Amino acid sequence: MDMIKITIDGKVFEVEKGITVLEAARKNGIRIPTLCHMNLSGLRFVNKPASCRVCVVEIEGRRNLAPACATDVMDGMVIKTHSIRVLNARRTIIELLLSDHPKDCLVCMKSGNCELQDIAHEFGVREVRYDENCAMSTYRKDKSPSIIRDMDKCIMCRRCETMCNEIQTVGALSAVNRGFNSVVAPAFEQNLVDSACTFCGQCLAVCPVGALTEVDHTWNVIQAINDPKKVVLVQTAPAVRVALGEEFDMEPGTIVTGKMAAALRRLGFDYVFDTDFAADLTIMEEGSELLDRLQRFLGGDKTVKLPILTSCCPAWVNFFEYNFPDMLDVPSTARSPQQMFGPIAKTYFLEKLREKPEYKDLKREDMVVVSIMPCVAKKYECSRPELSYEGNPDVDYSLSTRELAAFIKRMNIDFNSLPEEDFDRPLGESTGAAVIFGASGGVIEAAVRTAYELLTKQQCPSVDFKQIRGLEGMREAIVPLPEGMPLKEIKIGIANGLANARKLLEAVQRGECDYQAIEVMACPGGCIGGAGQPYHHGDSSIIKKRQEAIYREDAGKPIRKSHENPYIQKLYEEFLIKPLGEKSHHLLHTHYFKKREKYEEVDD
Amino acid sequence: MAKATIKINRQYLKEIKEVCESFNYEKGQLINVLKKTQEKIGYLPAEVQMVIAEELKVPVAKVYGVVSFYSFFTMVPKGKYPISICLGTACYVRGAEGILQEVERQLGINPGETTPDGLFSLDCLRCIGACGLAPVIMIGEKVYPRVTPNKVKEILDEYRK
Repeated sequence: MDMIKITIDGKVFEVEKGITVLEAARKNGIRIPTLCHMNLSGLRFVNKPASCRVCVVEIEGRRNLAPACATDVMDGMVIKTHSIRVLNARRTIIELLLSDHPKDCLVCMKSGNCELQDIAHEFGVREVRYDENCAMSTYRKDKSPSIIRDMDKCIMCRRCETMCNEIQTVGALSAVNRGFNSVVAPAFEQNLVDSACTFCGQCLAVCPVGALTEVDHTWNVIQAINDPKKVVLVQTAPAVRVALGEEFDMEPGTIVTGKMAAALRRLGFDYVFDTDFAADLTIMEEGSELLDRLQRFLGGDKTVKLPILTSCCPAWVNFFEYNFPDMLDVPSTARSPQQMFGPIAKTYFLEKLREKPEYKDLKREDMVVVSIMPCVAKKYECSRPELSYEGNPDVDYSLSTRELAAFIKRMNIDFNSLPEEDFDRPLGESTGAAVIFGASGGVIEAAVRTAYELLTKQQCPSVDFKQIRGLEGMREAIVPLPEGMPLKEIKIGIANGLANARKLLEAVQRGECDYQAIEVMACPGGCIGGAGQPYHHGDSSIIKKRQEAIYREDAGKPIRKSHENPYIQKLYEEFLIKPLGEKSHHLLHTHYFKKREKYEEVDD
Repeated sequence: MAKATIKINRQYLKEIKEVCESFNYEKGQLINVLKKTQEKIGYLPAEVQMVIAEELKVPVAKVYGVVSFYSFFTMVPKGKYPISICLGTACYVRGAEGILQEVERQLGINPGETTPDGLFSLDCLRCIGACGLAPVIMIGEKVYPRVTPNKVKEILDEYRK
């Protein structure tokens, strides 16, 4: 590697050729502030439009100040990061940004997590000289079932646009208009619900300010808990337990399953259950569907659709409904775990409750199912009309990991000193296969653990299919089958991030894929990197640590295969009868909708 | 996410497809495609942008981003007689703003808009190089020199016959 010498703030450093001034400074312990810039190493996301100018530095011999994020180092370069000229410019820049930004920080959802607030605070800005009589750019607020756009707060860093277009290839957001009116918006400044948006929420996961936030139903949940007529159930997704601790100053990757169950009980939920139970159920249904398609394929059925696509991720479902409307028969019809939990709670568990004298007249409408999700698309999923029964949604409210943390704090609970408690039964028992749903590759690994045994009638040699794991955006894995099987191996494709999913789907469309199954998760890294998780603020190593925690949790579980979950077995015995049976069909499977038609020609 | 059905005039669709084909469906030619399409159709309404997005395989938000950025592109049809008011320095200091206000009042529209009868559309521009005649307005290709607010009605009436 070519090394060159540069001077930053009077000290000489030897740095690699080809890196930026910002990178060189950071590697040597000099923290140049940034705002629009974001680099999620390992997750393929780089945003450096050099638009905010907060990172400007003085470079000897240059007339103008230079943005450190977009200036490459050169041999002999002499850089000043805190000369009076730089400080004056930075102060002016921050004040100008603030002059066109609302000052309702006290009640802003992003307060405490806002990078603009941090920068203004760090820099000690105590007045905004341009404030008086200054016009502010204002825009209509846009509230979708998942995401709220309040563009008055937008600072045009365009991280959301990069995320939406490059990492996700959703293309819902673009910078529009010019000058003072410029803003990031969907086409024709229409509402997000009318655009190509999948509600993956990765835009709000990278938004430095409060311009993009999620819809918060915490207050509805508090009201339900305090309504004596209602029985309120909670389910928590796999990825929540490895990230929630971050909101309470724990190390990323700390597993807080027990404390979380304790906290949920103290919040007043009547039953503390686990989405992991429903993940095991998903494997029974989706795994059986995979098996069914494989057996039909091997039996010579040419109409069978392979590869099967997983359907656990609601943003991914939205994505293929909009972008691949002609392939709606390819994905599994299995509902996501969240939406398998809802109907089982509101039928099977409701019947169980009615056996108790105090609940003998309990109605479906008086049962409230709340989910805690690492996701914001789950909020939209709850609102889908086909995932309800006679107008009553299968899942009533979905809260994000962040919202749960805020809820715990609001209810005066000292999370860190809570004891470890367990989930309630029956819908709280789960296996290691369910917990790995939270990481990219996890759903398909869980499915393989079950499908392998159902197909071969033999035990897996090992439940750890390490070839399936990873954070890379597009992977493939081969699971060899024992001798004498009609199929030598199962070939699997895995994508996380919707751009990668698109590439895989296009290959399927062209008939170039020989996979039997493809797993897709919309968020980079899978649900551990979901948009409802604690903000990573550009540090992608956090996501890696959550992933490691997921597999630690799996390894520590006594049962690691979904079909061995005794409560799942009991559910089938007592209620569902068999996977893909009639009850399953009604309660646990769904159908998809074409969200986009080709254009229609008219005479006028 | 609503189901988006694009309804598009048969003739427009034919024109758009020809334009896109002439640029080999290259994404990088978006601005040229928009310019050519506007030349042919006269304006770029939402459904036209949606079809262009579909044909070039670019997000419609990006297409709208370009259309809304350049003042040359318009989403409303221009009037039969497009009016341009010069707001360049010379015209401005000689009272162009008063003329603009009077035209707005007479037609009941703002810059960028078209009268409901489709007769006039109104735009502002910066200098047409006729500063000696300031303030000037243009209607179609015709230049009107030394306009005053009280001449506006008379000028417009020429086109209303």
